[in-house]
Amino acid sequence: MTTTQADIDREIRAGQSEGPREHQPRLDYPPYRSSVLRHPRLAPQPVDPEGVELWAPVFGDKDVAAAEADLTIQHAGEPQGARIVVAGRVVDGDGRPVAHQLVEIWQANAAGRYAHLRDQHPAPLDPNFTGQGRVLTDADGRYRFRTIQPGAYPWRNHVNAWRPAHIHFSLFGTDFTQRLVTQMYFPGDPLFDLDPIFQSVTDPAARQALVARYDHDLTLPEDSLGYRWDIVLTGSHRTPLDPEEIQ
Amino acid sequence: MSAAPGQTVGPFFHLGLPYDGDAELVPPGRTGAIRLHGTVYDGDGVPVPDALIEIWQAAPDGRIPREPGSIRRDGWTFTGFGRAAVGDDGHYTFSTLVPGPTEPGKPPFFAVAVFARGLLDRLFTRAYLPAPEGTDALLDAVAADRRATLIATRDETGYLFDIHLQGPRETVFLSFPRHRGIWA
Repeated sequence: MTTTQADIDREIRAGQSEGPREHQPRLDYPPYRSSVLRHPRLAPQPVDPEGVELWAPVFGDKDVAAAEADLTIQHAGEPQGARIVVAGRVVDGDGRPVAHQLVEIWQANAAGRYAHLRDQHPAPLDPNFTGQGRVLTDADGRYRFRTIQPGAYPWRNHVNAWRPAHIHFSLFGTDFTQRLVTQMYFPGDPLFDLDPIFQSVTDPAARQALVARYDHDLTLPEDSLGYRWDIVLTGSHRTPLDPEEIQ
Repeated sequence: MSAAPGQTVGPFFHLGLPYDGDAELVPPGRTGAIRLHGTVYDGDGVPVPDALIEIWQAAPDGRIPREPGSIRRDGWTFTGFGRAAVGDDGHYTFSTLVPGPTEPGKPPFFAVAVFARGLLDRLFTRAYLPAPEGTDALLDAVAADRRATLIATRDETGYLFDIHLQGPRETVFLSFPRHRGIWA
């Protein structure tokens, strides 16, 4: 039996009317078929973080080259597609900047193809675009990437399934419990309502936290459109008065 | 403040997350190097071929590393952080050092984060060293029949720690206070 978009739409709507609206994705979310056997059935064990969990790994300039923040200059030629700037600020759940911390991204190229062996979407690879970047936030938690607008792409969750264009983001906070991997989306994407990964967050305001906004102040004249995406992590469990943090 | 929701790492995370030397916190074979390894299983007991494991740990003397260098490893600095994508057989391997207690009497553990295609948000767990001694809030709180999912077993090269995302041997995953009520 084939599953159509209409079937998935029905399941998404049913999920929104059942249970509370949640601000984190439902791990048990059958419209995303791959989640069925890959989510815990038992409730997570509440625990207070201890030891290393109260600290995050340290990354520094030796880990990340400045050029890694510009995904358009990693090859000899210019990548295809529209150049964009994606920038914003990483703060913790109490609004404090997450300073000098690692931000990693990966994404499809302009045609919606990943430079990855397992991506069989017959859209062209771009020899001048890998789609991987890293940067360290500054003292105020700010980050900035230059990249290419990624394309939407089909996947096999159901017949005629398409992912909205997105950039994968990996983030660290000041303690390990704040570790976050997520996806940034672009404003006004017509695929939002159809996408079970985006819709796995059942609270509409929380979903909007994954959508960047167009920011003309980030747009570079004659060069690239700018998108701003600020990222809030969960709260740190450490008191801000830990001596090591007063510098 | 409202925390951003997580989203799955998807099937193509190998493009963005793994890097050379990611799983070698110390060079394999170096004096004191041990192997921490295991297999990630789904709810049918089938190995998951597209998962990624991260560990974060204390040094053998219990000190929490504060040095950069996890991405460009110099072979000498112990940074305490490692990352390992599983193979097609769902198996991951780290070369690392045995973590020490961060406080006297606390049983040492590796902090573990689990990512996978099909898993909509990261999961946290702990891998304790075999035969943990002393009192431990987590081990004491977990039902006896599930406690073993948090404890690595010894093998000839180090420690074995399998992860079951679901099923009769489902691993105990953790939620921390600041993960709850984050939009309250």
